[in-house]
Amino acid sequence: MLMDLGEWNSSGNGALESAELAGGERPLAIEARGLVKRFDGFTAVDGVDLSVPEGVIYGVLGPNGAGKTTTLRMLLGIIDPDDGVRRVLGAERPHDVSHLIGYLPEERGLYPAMKAVEAIAFVGALRGLPLPEGRRRGRQLLEEHGLGHAADRQIRQLSKGMAQQVQILSCLVHEPRLVIFDEPFSGLDAINQGRLEKMMRSLVERGTTVIFSTHVIAHAERLCDRIAIIAGGKVPFAGPVDLARDRIPAQVRLETRHADGPWRSALPADARTERKGNGSAYFFFALPDGGIEPLLRALIEGEAGILSLSIERAGLHDAFVAIAGEAAARALAENGEEESR
Amino acid sequence: MMGGRKGGRLSILAAALIVARRDFVAVLWSRSFVAFLAGPLFMLVVVSLASGLGRKVEQNAAQPVLGVAMSAPDAAALVSARNRLNEALDDSLPVLAVLDPPAATADPARVLSDNRALANAIVTGSPAKPVLTGPPELVDDWRGPLALMAAEAAGEAPRQFPHVAVHRTGVVGAPDDRIGRMRTAQAGQTVMFLLTMLLAGMVLSNLVEEKANKIIEVLAAAIPMDAVFLGKLFAMLAVSFVGICVWGTTIGSILLAGGRSLSELTAPAVGWPAFLTLGVVYFAMAYLLLGSVFLTIGSMASTVREVQTLSMPVTMLQLVVFFFASYAMASPHAPIEQAASLVPFSSPYAMLARAAQEPGLGQHLVALGYQAAWVALFVRVGSRLFRCKVMKSGPAPVRGKAKTRTA
Repeated sequence: MLMDLGEWNSSGNGALESAELAGGERPLAIEARGLVKRFDGFTAVDGVDLSVPEGVIYGVLGPNGAGKTTTLRMLLGIIDPDDGVRRVLGAERPHDVSHLIGYLPEERGLYPAMKAVEAIAFVGALRGLPLPEGRRRGRQLLEEHGLGHAADRQIRQLSKGMAQQVQILSCLVHEPRLVIFDEPFSGLDAINQGRLEKMMRSLVERGTTVIFSTHVIAHAERLCDRIAIIAGGKVPFAGPVDLARDRIPAQVRLETRHADGPWRSALPADARTERKGNGSAYFFFALPDGGIEPLLRALIEGEAGILSLSIERAGLHDAFVAIAGEAAARALAENGEEESR
Repeated sequence: MMGGRKGGRLSILAAALIVARRDFVAVLWSRSFVAFLAGPLFMLVVVSLASGLGRKVEQNAAQPVLGVAMSAPDAAALVSARNRLNEALDDSLPVLAVLDPPAATADPARVLSDNRALANAIVTGSPAKPVLTGPPELVDDWRGPLALMAAEAAGEAPRQFPHVAVHRTGVVGAPDDRIGRMRTAQAGQTVMFLLTMLLAGMVLSNLVEEKANKIIEVLAAAIPMDAVFLGKLFAMLAVSFVGICVWGTTIGSILLAGGRSLSELTAPAVGWPAFLTLGVVYFAMAYLLLGSVFLTIGSMASTVREVQTLSMPVTMLQLVVFFFASYAMASPHAPIEQAASLVPFSSPYAMLARAAQEPGLGQHLVALGYQAAWVALFVRVGSRLFRCKVMKSGPAPVRGKAKTRTA
C-alpha cells in the first residue's frame, strides 16, 4: 500500500536518513520512502529509503543485480513502485518535472540515422526544449567538448565512445536541475572517465544535483559527497561518505623494537601480531575509543621501542564490507573485474 | 517557447507530436519507404498486366472464327472491311480466316463437321449475298455483324460513324438503388480494408527499433509511455496518409485516363463529399484502433523475427473483422449489423457502410467519439502493459532456478 510522504515524515521511522538530514540544511532533490518493486513474484527492491540533498554528487553503490537500476527507474517514473512513495524535485509524479531532469540510462542508445546535433536536440525536445534552441545548444555543447566536427555526422558514423559522449551531452542540453546517470563510467576509457568526473564536478558547482549508480568504489570515493549502499534490494546505509567510513574505526599499525613487555597490556586484546625475525613486531588493531594518546603514553613509559606508528582511516571499500557484508563486497569486486576484462 | 507546454512540462499531446515528428521524418527518409510506396504499385502493374493478358486470352478464346470461302477479291474485301470496323466496334467482331482450296470449294457443312478449317462457322457467297453456315446459336449471334462487314465490303455501309455522346446519370430505378448503394458501401469497405491491411502491419515492428537501439528508456524517462504510443500511432497514420495520397493520385490518374470515374458507382446516401470525408476519418479510426493493439503486441516482441511470427495471426484478425463487417452490411439495423457497429474493430467498417446506405451525419459523430474513446483506452492499456512487461531491468528470473535479482 502506498503511503503519503508527509505521513512518513511525521511518523519519523527513518532513523537512518534522519541522521543524514540533520547534517544538511539543503532542500531535498529526491525523497524516497519504502520503495518496493516486485517482478514476477520476486522482490527486486525491498523498502528503499533515499534522501538526496540538492547540489551534491550522490552515489548509489552496489553490485550488479542489487536493485540500483530499478530504484533509479522508479525515481524517474519509468516504472511505478509497488509500494512506497517518492518525491522528485518536489513532485510526486516524476514526469511532472521531467523538464528539470536529465537521464543517462545504463544501456546507451540513440537513433543511428540521426545526426549528433539532432540527437541532442531531440532529447532536449522531449524535455521541453524547443528544437531550434536544442540545435543551437547542442552545437555549442559539442564544440565545448571537442566534438564540434561530429555535429553533422550520423550517430552510426561515430565511434562508440563519441556516441556515448553525445548521449551524455543530450542529458544536459536542457540545463536540468537534477541529472541521473546509471553506470556512467562503464564503457568509457580512462581519459573519458576523467572528463566525465570533471563534468560532474562542474555541474555540481553550478548547483545541479548529480546522482549516479556505480559498482566501482573508487569512483564513488573520489566523487561523492553522499552515497547509498544497495545490496539485495535494500539500503543498509545512506548518508555522507565520511559517515560510512566512520562505521568502522580507524586502523592502527604499530611497529615496535621488542615483541613483548609489560606495555603489551596497554594494547587492545584483539590486536593482531606479526613477529619479525629480528625480535621486532607489527601490531594491528582498531583505534581505541579513548584515542591514541593514552596508548602512546603507555608504550613510551613501557619502553616498547616504537619504530613506526600509523593511523589509517577506513576506506570506502572497508566500510562497504562492514555495511553490506563480505558477499556483496565480493560481488562488487567481481563486477569490477568483469568490466575491466 | 514550445507550444503545448503545461506548467513547464510537455503535455501528452505535445510530447506525442515530438515522437511522431521524429518517426515520420525517419520513415519518410528511409529507403524502405520508397519500397513500401512502390510495393502496391508493382502489385497493381502486375495485376493489370495479368488481367489484361487474361482478358485478351479470354477474348481470343471467346471470339469465334468465321472461315471465309469466297473468291479471292471478295474475301480480301471482306477481311479488309472487318479490320476497318473492328477498331470502331471495340474489337468485338469475329475473326475471319480465308479458307484455302479445297476447303474453299467444298460443302461448308462438311468442312465444319470435318473441322478442316478450324473455324466455328463458314461464310460463303459474296459480300453482296453472304451465306453463314454454322451452329444455330452462333449464326444467330453473328448474322448482324456479318451483315455489317459485308455491307462495308460492298461499299454500302456509312463511311463515317457518328460519335455517340454518353450521359450517365448514376440514378437507377428504385429497386436498384439499395443494391447500388450496397455496392458503393462494399467498395468503400474493401478500399479501407486494403489500406488498413497494407499499413497496419508496419506498426507491429515499430517499437522494435527503439528497443534494439536502446533508446526506449530515454523516451520512457522523459515522457509518459502513453505519449510514446500515441506519437508512434500519429506518425504511422501520417505516413499512411502520404501513402494514400501517392497511391490515390496514381490510381486515380490511371482510372481517369481510362475514362473511369466515381460516377460509375451509385452515389452514397450521405453524398460523395461527406462519404469521402467519412471514409478518411473512419480509415484513421480503423487504423488507430488496430494500430494501438498491434503496437502493444509488437512492443512485446524484441526481434524482427518475433514480429514476423506475430504477423500471421494479426492478418487473420484483420480478415475476420473485414468479413464480419461485410457480412453485417447486408442486413441494415439487424442485430448483427448493430453488433458490427459496436465492436470497436469492425465499427469503422460498419459505419462507413451505413454512410453509403443511410442519410444523416449525426450517428457518425457519435460513432467517431465512441471509436476515439476505444483508441484512448487501447493506448492506455498498451502503454501500461509495456511498462509492466517490458520496462524491467535485466534478464527475467530463470524458471525453476533460484530467483535472481534483476537490477
